[in-house]
This record gives sequence, C-alpha cells and structure tokens, in this order.
Amino acid sequence: MSDKKRLDLEYSQIESDKMRINVGPQHPSTHGVLRLEVEVDGEIVTEVIPHLGYLHRSFEKHCEKMTYPQVMPYIDRLDYISAMNNEWPYVMALEKLMDIKVPEKVDYIRVILAELNRIANHQIAVATFGLDAGAFTPFLFFFRDREYILWILEKMSGARLLYNYFRVGGLAADVYPGFKEDCLNIVKQVRKTNAEVMDLLIYNSIFIKRSANVGILRPDVAINFACSGPVLRGSGVKYDLRKDEPYSIYDRFDFDIPVGKGEVGVVGDCWDRNMVRVQEMEQSCRIIEQAIAQMPMEGDVSALVPKRIKPPKGEVYMRAENPKGDLGFYIVSNGTDKPERLKARGASFVNLSVIPEISKGYMFADLILILGSIDIVLGEVDR
Amino acid sequence: MENVNFLYELFGKNIISVTLIVSLPLVFVLIYALIAILAELKVSAWIQERLGPMRTGPWGILQPIAEVVKLIQKEDITPDKSSKLLYNLAPFVIFTGAYAAFAVIPFSEYFVPSGINLGLFYVFAIGSISALGIVMGGWASNNKYSLMGAMRSVSQLISYEIPAAMAILSVVVLASSMNMQEINHQQTGWFWNWNLFGGPGSWTKIWIIPFTVLLTFIYFISSLAETNRVPFDIPEGESELVAGFHTEYSGMKFAMFFFAEYANMFVVAAILTTIFLGGWNSPFDTFLQGPIWGSFWFVLKAFSVVLVQIWIRWTLPRYRVDQLMYVGWKVLLPLSFVSFLAISFYVMLK
Repeated sequence: MSDKKRLDLEYSQIESDKMRINVGPQHPSTHGVLRLEVEVDGEIVTEVIPHLGYLHRSFEKHCEKMTYPQVMPYIDRLDYISAMNNEWPYVMALEKLMDIKVPEKVDYIRVILAELNRIANHQIAVATFGLDAGAFTPFLFFFRDREYILWILEKMSGARLLYNYFRVGGLAADVYPGFKEDCLNIVKQVRKTNAEVMDLLIYNSIFIKRSANVGILRPDVAINFACSGPVLRGSGVKYDLRKDEPYSIYDRFDFDIPVGKGEVGVVGDCWDRNMVRVQEMEQSCRIIEQAIAQMPMEGDVSALVPKRIKPPKGEVYMRAENPKGDLGFYIVSNGTDKPERLKARGASFVNLSVIPEISKGYMFADLILILGSIDIVLGEVDR
Repeated sequence: MENVNFLYELFGKNIISVTLIVSLPLVFVLIYALIAILAELKVSAWIQERLGPMRTGPWGILQPIAEVVKLIQKEDITPDKSSKLLYNLAPFVIFTGAYAAFAVIPFSEYFVPSGINLGLFYVFAIGSISALGIVMGGWASNNKYSLMGAMRSVSQLISYEIPAAMAILSVVVLASSMNMQEINHQQTGWFWNWNLFGGPGSWTKIWIIPFTVLLTFIYFISSLAETNRVPFDIPEGESELVAGFHTEYSGMKFAMFFFAEYANMFVVAAILTTIFLGGWNSPFDTFLQGPIWGSFWFVLKAFSVVLVQIWIRWTLPRYRVDQLMYVGWKVLLPLSFVSFLAISFYVMLK
C-alpha cells in the first residue's frame, strides 16, 4: 500500500461529528431575516437549507383587496432597496392591459430614476459584499454616494426609500429645476468612487483570494435554476431584458451588458458576480448621460388616464430588468378596480434557491460571501 | 547588567515601591486604552471621510469614557447552560495574560518593572495565556459560534507564534541577550543602530539589513495575528461568527475582552519597539536622550505601531481561515528561517 493510500484510509476511518448551526434569522450577515440551517464538518459546509417566511406579509393576498393605485406602496416594499425599479413592471403591466401610451418625457424620467436606483442598489450590494469579506471602509464610501442619489430621488418623489412615485400612465410629479445637473454630478461622483474602490477593494489581493474561485455557479446550473440579473450574467450568460426584450425606450440607448469573464478565477465565482455589478454601475451612468441629453423638458408627466383605474377583463404578464434580476408581475383582471389575482415573480427568491447548490464543500466563511454575492433582499424573497 | 529601577532607588526595595511598580503599568494601560479607543474611533473616521465622535466633550475626547461607562451599566448576562466558573474566569485570564507581559517591558532606562534576564522568553511564554482564556470563554459559552471562534483562535495563535518566535530568536542571536533592557542599551546612538537596520556594527552589517527589515515585518504581521486584528481577525470575524469567542459576553466582562485586546496591541507594539526600533533610545544619538525622554520615545514609537495596526484594520479585508494558515506556515515561516540563518551567519563571521 502506498503512503498516499494508507493516509487516505486513515482519514476515512476518522469519525468526525457534524455540527448544525442556525445562521440567522438574527445574524449580522444574512442581509435580513433569512435563516440558513447549515451543517458543518469542522469549517467545511456540507449542507445548507434556507428557511424562509420570517418576513412574509401576504403581499399577493393583500393586493386582491386593494385598488390598483393602492397596491403601489406594497410593491415598493418588495425590494425596498430599489423601489423605483419595482414599480415599473407593475405600471407597465397595467398600461399594457389598458393600452395606454405614456408620453415620451415620462419614459425618460422613468429610465433615469430607475438607473439611478440601480446604481444605488448595486452600491449597497458591492458594499455589503465587501463588508462580508471584512472590508469596512468601502462600505461607507458607497453609502456616502448612495446618499446623494437618494437625495435626488427624495426631491423627485418626497421619500428616501419607498417612493410611491410611478403612476399608471405617468408619474406623480414633474422633475424639479436642476434635475439634469444633479444627475450629471452624481454620475461623476459614482465614477470617481468606483475608481477608488477598484483599488481599495475589487483588486485587493486579499479580496481576490477570498472571493475568486468560491461559489462557482456554472452557466447551465444558473439557467436551470432560472437565475437572472447579475447572478446569471456573472456566470457568463449574456441576458439582460433591457437588450433582449427592450421595454420602454431602452432600445434608444447605447450600452453594454457586462458578463463574468473569470478574470481572476473561474467564470461564475463570487468575484465575477460582484464585478458585474461594478461594471453595471458604469453602464447605468452611460444610460443616464444619454437619457439626460435626449430628454425633452416640455410636456405633461401623465397620459390621459381615467380617474378610476379599471382595466378591462383579461390577464397580463410584464417583466423588467430589476437590479437583482427579472421582476415580473402577473395580473388577472376581472374588470373591477381591484385585481382578481396578482402574482409577483421576485428575482431574489429565485436566485436564493441556488445557494444550497453552490455552497457545498466550501468553508463556512465562504458561505457568507456566496450569500452576499447573490445579493438578496428578504422583502422580495418572502413577500 | 544591573537592573536599574528609579523607584527602588528612591524608596528602597520595600512593599511600597513594589506595589507602586506593579501598579504603575496598570495606570498606564488604563490611560493608554482610553487614548487608543479614541484613536481607533478617530482614525477610522478619517479613513472613511467621517468626523467621528464630536459631541462628547470637546472634539469628542470623552467618547472612550462614555463607552466604558456604558459598558459598566449594561446587564451582565451569564448564559443558563454555560459553565459558570470558566465563563466568568475567562475575561480575567485573558487580561492577566496581557497585563503580565508588562512586567518586563522597559519603559525607560530607569524604569522596567522587572529586568529579568529571560525577558523575551518570558514575554513569549506569557503571551500564550490569552489563548487559554479565549478557549475557556469560547468553550464555556456553550455557543457554537463561540466554540468555532475559540478553535480558530488557537490554531491561529499556534501557527503565528512560530514565525514570531523565529523573528525574536534572530534578535536574540544578534544581540546575544534575552534581556530586553540589555537589547535596548545595545541600540543606543543614531537610528541606524536599531536592530531594524541590523543593530550596531561596522559597515559590514549592510548585507543583513534586508533580513532584519524582513524580520521586523514578519514579527509585525505575526503580532497582528496574535492580537486578532484585521486581516487576521477570524476568531471574531463578525461576518460569519457574529462576534466569535465573545459572542455571549456583555457588560463588564465584554469590556475586559475589549480592554485586553487593546492592552495586547500595546504589548506587541512594545516588543516590536524594544527589539527592532531601539526601545527608549532617541533616534538622533544624544538629542533628547535620557531617562524621562526615553519613556517619551518609547511610548511614541509603540503608539505609532498601534496606529499602524489601526490603519491596517480599516483598510484591508479579512483572510479566510485556511489562507491564514497558508500565510503563516508557507510564507512567513520559511522567510523567517532564512533570515534567522542569515543573521546567524553574520554573527558567526563577526
């Protein structure tokens, strides 16, 4: 018997006890009230079972008792980090059902606000991912910038986080004077911070060691689990609804879809998913710049819409590219002012399902990183 | 060498002077810990483009006191299923380990609590006591996170004590002494006499300077690991282990852990200062050289090292547990062996 074989045999005879740990629902790194039941062998994760439902608020059932405009604040609370993006597919679905054509100006404002909110969302995602890796300082750099974005959104809608700003066929309010300048300043600031964080965090050798080659999500697995958004693109799949199924006016803008390339590790590792988000911020900046240049300042911010939103009988499904992935709304209308049934397809919920698949065999510390790289928000997971 | 201690000179060797000598470092540690906490708050704020505490007292200087008062007021919780004796003992064991090391730290030419000949050896032996305290606390808490933190801490301490020991051993070979005061005396003069720059000697020492600089860095990195500081803070890595071995501790016992961490930071900084940065010697020969200025230089140097530790903490991410072992065993250890051999050669040829 060779030495290697004897060693393997000896190791196989060592009985090691496995330990079950509850990570969450109160844990600093589960990004909300998620509970992961983790079985570890020493430091190695052998099994992960996510338990959901700690933030369940019966969103879909509530919607059946609400008129269409009343549903809007609930939709803000799905993915509360990117509420502007949430509202969009909902109003688009109703506009499609009622056959309303929104004015061009509204589309431009919607694009700008959604992209601003996308930047804010990705800033949180990258920042908390760095925090999971132990880097505290980039977290605050990003939060400082995010605050400027939230100021713009607050000036537009009156709220910092949960805007309730989109309306069927338009918007709640027109842009304020100086909106364009504010947006361009933000774009400048976002680019500056990203360049700084590139050195400080993304290409930091410890950070690369931690996040490269960890939590590898193969493209076929990602597609089988119906992942979307940066999680799917991080695995090298070029899929973005803004390009593949252009809604609103996205076909007018020139932007790229960043995908994971395995620059420092394997395609689809945590570093790639994170990098996709950083690059998407730059693409959002490009979209904002183009939209600002093309946007008409005259005109109304609402189409002609009846006072009571009463879509005709029928059903509609509309989806949009949320920062976290595809967010779709399926609405069944019975001709009254309340939906018969409203189903939301949240990206976080679907993306989370991939966790047990990709985190087996890694260290316990990696599990936290993998969870951070998926970028979930529990408001959308539990609904 | 005659162990000179100004309190013995003043009062003679009696119960008063001994008590004073034992308690003087404690007073120092208390004041230092408050300053270090403030420094940590302020330095982190500057790094992150914040102001830091500004409301408690002018420029926020009373913030550390407010924090200590807050911690004292907090409820002292002992988990039901914990092992009471070990759980309550652990914070004090850790602090004892940190404080015992002050016994041989030479603050000045005329003040070292105990100038034993095996000073460096003693510091090293006593430094491991904190690992015992961490294991006690982690095990007795009856918490899985604490247990994992304690396990990690022990493996980390063992791995990093060896490179640190090699670095110290190299200096012992270079200085032919384990007495910290003696090592300090040897480095008197301009700053190029420091062991960082190869110690005192003629121009032939130039070829060992890269090795001594390397050893300084090895010791510094190992000391970060021994005090559980970023990037080696995996025993308390809050992103996965909540707070590691002190997850269950609250109130005054938590404050003891906190206090011991800062005391430990100073201990490793003081050792680094003593063996590599010339201790209480002025960098510029006789400029401001003397027993009182000596303590100034010593505290200045040691505190600068502490500031570097804080700076690193707020800049770098954290290593993973296996990568930490890799750095310790496969990078630092071989390098420290090579440097040790080189310095031994130099001493042999001298």
